[in-house]
Amino acid sequence: MGVATSALPRRQTVPSALRWRRLGSRLGFLLGLIVLLSPALFVFLWMLSLSLKPDVENTAFPPVFIPTSPTLGNFREVFATSPFALYARNSFVVATAATLLSLLVGVPAGYGIAKAKAHGLAFVVLVSRMTPGLSYLIPWFMLFRALGLHNTLWALIITHLVIGLPITIWVMMGFFEDLHPELEEAALVDGAGIWAAFRDVAMPLARPGMVVAAILAFIFSWNNFIFAVVLAGPDTRTLPVAVFNVLTFEQLAWGKLAAAALVVTLPVLLLTVFVQRQIVAGMTTGGMKG
Amino acid sequence: MGMTLISAGRRPARAAGRAGASYRRRDKYIRFALPALLVVAAVIVFPWLYTLFMSVQEWQVGSDRVFVGLDNYANLLRDTRFHAAVGRTLAYTVLAVALPVLLGTIAAVFFHRDFPWRGFFRGIFVLPMMATPVAIALVWTMMFHPQLGVLNYLLSLVGLPPSLWVYAPNTVIPALVLVETWQWTPLVMLIVLGGLAAMPTEPLESAVVDGAGPWRVFRDITLPLTLPFIMVAVVLRAIDALKAFDTIFAITQGGPGTASETINIYLYLQAFSFFRIGHASAVVVVFFLLIVALAVGLLLVRQRTKWA
Repeated sequence: MGVATSALPRRQTVPSALRWRRLGSRLGFLLGLIVLLSPALFVFLWMLSLSLKPDVENTAFPPVFIPTSPTLGNFREVFATSPFALYARNSFVVATAATLLSLLVGVPAGYGIAKAKAHGLAFVVLVSRMTPGLSYLIPWFMLFRALGLHNTLWALIITHLVIGLPITIWVMMGFFEDLHPELEEAALVDGAGIWAAFRDVAMPLARPGMVVAAILAFIFSWNNFIFAVVLAGPDTRTLPVAVFNVLTFEQLAWGKLAAAALVVTLPVLLLTVFVQRQIVAGMTTGGMKG
Repeated sequence: MGMTLISAGRRPARAAGRAGASYRRRDKYIRFALPALLVVAAVIVFPWLYTLFMSVQEWQVGSDRVFVGLDNYANLLRDTRFHAAVGRTLAYTVLAVALPVLLGTIAAVFFHRDFPWRGFFRGIFVLPMMATPVAIALVWTMMFHPQLGVLNYLLSLVGLPPSLWVYAPNTVIPALVLVETWQWTPLVMLIVLGGLAAMPTEPLESAVVDGAGPWRVFRDITLPLTLPFIMVAVVLRAIDALKAFDTIFAITQGGPGTASETINIYLYLQAFSFFRIGHASAVVVVFFLLIVALAVGLLLVRQRTKWA
């Protein structure tokens, strides 16, 4: 409350007691902001700091917060000692393909469920939200082995549909329910089929929803660890699995560890900052995560 | 009707009655969901059937499969390691629901106000939630290090004794909850923020006119009106905390000893380290029932908060 008023131009006539109170509430606000943001900022800045320092500084005590001689050596080492570029490519291919397939199948499904008011089908989405990812893995592991798919990116793309599809259906359902039906009705009266009404009228209007669904599906697919750790072979590893392997093999090479972690998560963090509005919209309506 | 299931592009048939037409159209709209249903059947329903079938078999990869009825379930009832895992999971869940919900609600009240650069600061606040869990787990592992970690240094700055964090059996669960809280408080914030935005403004204004202070306004008006949203956050948090895997597995892999072996970690070890497929399948079934029971219980509580 005090903050909104503090933006107004100051008047000399304001009694000094009130001015002090305003100053106090402004300081309180700044303090609150610092308290709320510092945990997030501290961890990410510490990760950045570790990744830019040689290990002598990283394991010094008391800790060195600001690198005295920043170096990119840790990043070079990550890419030199393991095929990180290949893992990055795998991650990108899997997340992109899974997102596109989720949209292809999930957008019409969201429309159908919203139009037919088939909320029983939405229940399926909820159940998939409750099922632990691990419980799919035993059958998939056996199935992909039987089909000879267990060392291919296809195995990962198919399994990542379990992440992207529920998000897409959930978000799109909400968007299509909020859409005014008059425009489609007009198209139907003009003799268009329901498929044409969907493709030419409803879908273009729901483009913002598709952006939200695509962003969330991509991020949660990119971040997924559990499916790839079981199903990926040496050549089909995704970045989270690769970074986990760095952890288990190099306990005290902190600079390299932090550099690897940063490479994995930086694309997602940048995406989040740039499209935070869409992410906020998607998460508040759906509350979904992979 | 069965023939036309494939061609979703057909025009709606000119029907005699309006009710008949709308019924038929509803039927056609369902077809939009058919491809999704096929995918769901393949990647979700098939694993469930397979798991149910396997849970009544004794099968270790490499040996012969034998039908054993409910033996796997009976073994679980006697398995003290599993019991301990269930207890730890529940303890972890209670903490990993309470802390994020409390902190996230406070943060939501803060971000509900209008101030310059609000979107940008909110974007920074939600970063932990979008970050790759395994990468985050790695950074926390380094921060938790008892001798060289930055957390013990920070504790020493404010005069507190060092902690062993994830390296001691009695502190490992709270330390892991700390990571979970750090990562998922933003999700609660966003859900409650949605609730605050949807809140009607009249009761609030009339209370302010009546001279109620900010705390009274929060307790008597804001909190009751946003309680349904807070309960949604509680339900989602509970489901996610029960399912927590990435950070626990990456940081401790269930250790030290079995001190942080939750149901999910136990399940992973049984299935993919010991390859006891039948046993692990029974764990999956019991685990899922536990999640459903908890979610339904919380949803019932949520119904009551709606009436209040």
